[in-house]
Amino acid sequence: MKSANIQLETLVCPSCTQKIDGALKSLDGIKEDTLKISFATSKVRFDFDEEAVRIEDIEKAINKVGFEVIKSRVK
Amino acid sequence: MQRFIFRNKNKIALINGILIALAFIIRWTAGYMEIFTGLLVAASILGLIPIALQAYQALRVKVVSIDVLVTMAVGGAFAIRNFEESAIVTFLFLFGAYLEQRTLNKTRSAIKALTEMAPETAWKLMDDGEFEEIDIDDVDEGDTLLVKTGAKVPVDGRVLSGEGSINEASITGESIPVAKEAGSGVFAGTLLDNGTLQIVADRVGEDTTFGKIIELVEEAQESKSEAERFIDRFSKYYTPAILLVAILVFLFTRNVELAVTILVLGCPGALVIGVPVSNVAGIGNGASHGVLLKGSEVIRDFSRLDTMIFDKTGTLTQGKPSVAEVQSYGDGIDEARVFLASIERESDHPLALAVLDEIGETDYLEVTDTHVVKGGGITASVGGCRVIVGNQALMTEEGVPLSEQVREDMRRLERSGHSLVLTAVDGELKLLMGIRDPIRPGVADDLESLKKLGVKNLVMLSGDNQGTVDAISSELGLTRAYGHMLPEDKSAYVKDLIGQGEIVAFVGDGVNDSPSLALAHIGIAMGSGTEVAIETSDVVLMNSDFSRLPHALGLVKATSRNMIQNIVIAVGVVLALLASLIFGEWMNMSIGMLVHEGSILVVILNGMRLLRYKLRPSYRLGSRE
Repeated sequence: MKSANIQLETLVCPSCTQKIDGALKSLDGIKEDTLKISFATSKVRFDFDEEAVRIEDIEKAINKVGFEVIKSRVK
Repeated sequence: MQRFIFRNKNKIALINGILIALAFIIRWTAGYMEIFTGLLVAASILGLIPIALQAYQALRVKVVSIDVLVTMAVGGAFAIRNFEESAIVTFLFLFGAYLEQRTLNKTRSAIKALTEMAPETAWKLMDDGEFEEIDIDDVDEGDTLLVKTGAKVPVDGRVLSGEGSINEASITGESIPVAKEAGSGVFAGTLLDNGTLQIVADRVGEDTTFGKIIELVEEAQESKSEAERFIDRFSKYYTPAILLVAILVFLFTRNVELAVTILVLGCPGALVIGVPVSNVAGIGNGASHGVLLKGSEVIRDFSRLDTMIFDKTGTLTQGKPSVAEVQSYGDGIDEARVFLASIERESDHPLALAVLDEIGETDYLEVTDTHVVKGGGITASVGGCRVIVGNQALMTEEGVPLSEQVREDMRRLERSGHSLVLTAVDGELKLLMGIRDPIRPGVADDLESLKKLGVKNLVMLSGDNQGTVDAISSELGLTRAYGHMLPEDKSAYVKDLIGQGEIVAFVGDGVNDSPSLALAHIGIAMGSGTEVAIETSDVVLMNSDFSRLPHALGLVKATSRNMIQNIVIAVGVVLALLASLIFGEWMNMSIGMLVHEGSILVVILNGMRLLRYKLRPSYRLGSRE
């Protein structure tokens, strides 16, 4: 289990967080109860199982709903 | 392709706007209706591309977003060949989003300034014995790092070698540089003013004190009040509900115009964004003024405060006792001072330091036959004389006569809150020292400001004797003051007030007062960035700076007001729009979109006012900042 901290472009619309939430929850391997999407700081934090899903795929899923990933850190 | 469209959303909005402007110019000057319509169709299609794409992405993850409503509305307008409206709505929506992003970035700038103080690189000692600059994320605990003059300390750690002075303002708020040498602790985010240090990393990244402060501020902005949680739940069902209403209206009336207008009017906007914007701006203002507010619940409670309780020592007073007055009797005084200093030099009593400070540098004599009388003082032999240092009880016990003049001086000093140290040499009283813990400069003015801001009761609780407590209380104009209070008495008092339905804040130093800090609705720690203070309290005054309190209270009150204003604006706009749709003739989807985007901007701009918030001069007393 690893934890990720992803900095996104500035989130503007109120439904942004809903979209990202939906996109990430549709992936396997992300611990849903650790998922925190911060509207004010445009950051996403969650724990994930690196054997079930790669961080690149997670980033791609976020891109697909229309948001740029600026920096992602995995620990 | 998709990324290209999103990256160029602003350009699309611009071209879209130019096309619309061109269309209207041609219509009014030349009157070519075909060109006018053609340009508007082009503008509508161009503008719809990014919106429809966002709508599609939202629907794919089962979210009915604003984009979905707008896409359907534009599609509907297209279907009834109302290209004027479809073009204008896409432009307003895109342009509004652009303005929102610009202004929202501003509200978040205060936090950004804080996070940008975080170090980004570090010089790490590599296996070959050379230092190499690496990214801060690659630093591990136990690494040896080099910090050069003018650089930021990258981690929390200890100095291995070297000397230097560090400005720790980012952690403690104290900008006077602190000297560091081998063994000293250093904090991430502080600045090495001069010197060069080699340090070993104990804590890195988010585990450092600075990292925790940032995390705390970020989390505070995210924490949601009950009202916000309600709005969140509400908007989740609200948007699909609007969609449903629009479809029903269309099915029953077959009036596309009306259905699409409902779609646009129903866009949730100001309501969803209004409260978080106030929160973010308020907490951001606090962070840049040395006041950490832990979230919106804190803001709500703090703004409705009834009673503020203060710990005395270290909060209202400086926590450093010093000699305020010296009275001497008879001759041989200089000799007596040397005796006193020689004895106090060997004592670890808290008042001894104050006495030594007062006497200053002197030649110390050998002290023999030292005898410590518990709760009384010390007797000893110095320079062939028998010397007694202590309180009145000890003097009486040792048979030292106290003249009427001495008794008079003692009564006066005790009444004004001094602790007394008497010195007798060979059975004769020579010195009387009044020691007191001075009140922090400016505290009286700050308390007055708090009263003006609407705090009903100012209460002081102290473990000190009632005489001292009363003296300080009357000097500061407190409502009530109690002495002889142990930490558990203090928390019992807090509990009692809460039981009476008051909203209570406790201001203390975070360590020994933590039960009271935790019990009170708002625990305010005068922490110099210590971890305990940061974690146990709801509000942290970063630099232990008491004068931040009035700013903090004024700020939370302003933030609360701001939130209410935003909710009123948002709800008012929705009601006005609905009313005009039902009762008015002039409402259409372009006007609806204009008002909708306008109201979002109004609440953001209103929230932004908090960034510039400063305590009004009428609340600020004295000349201090």
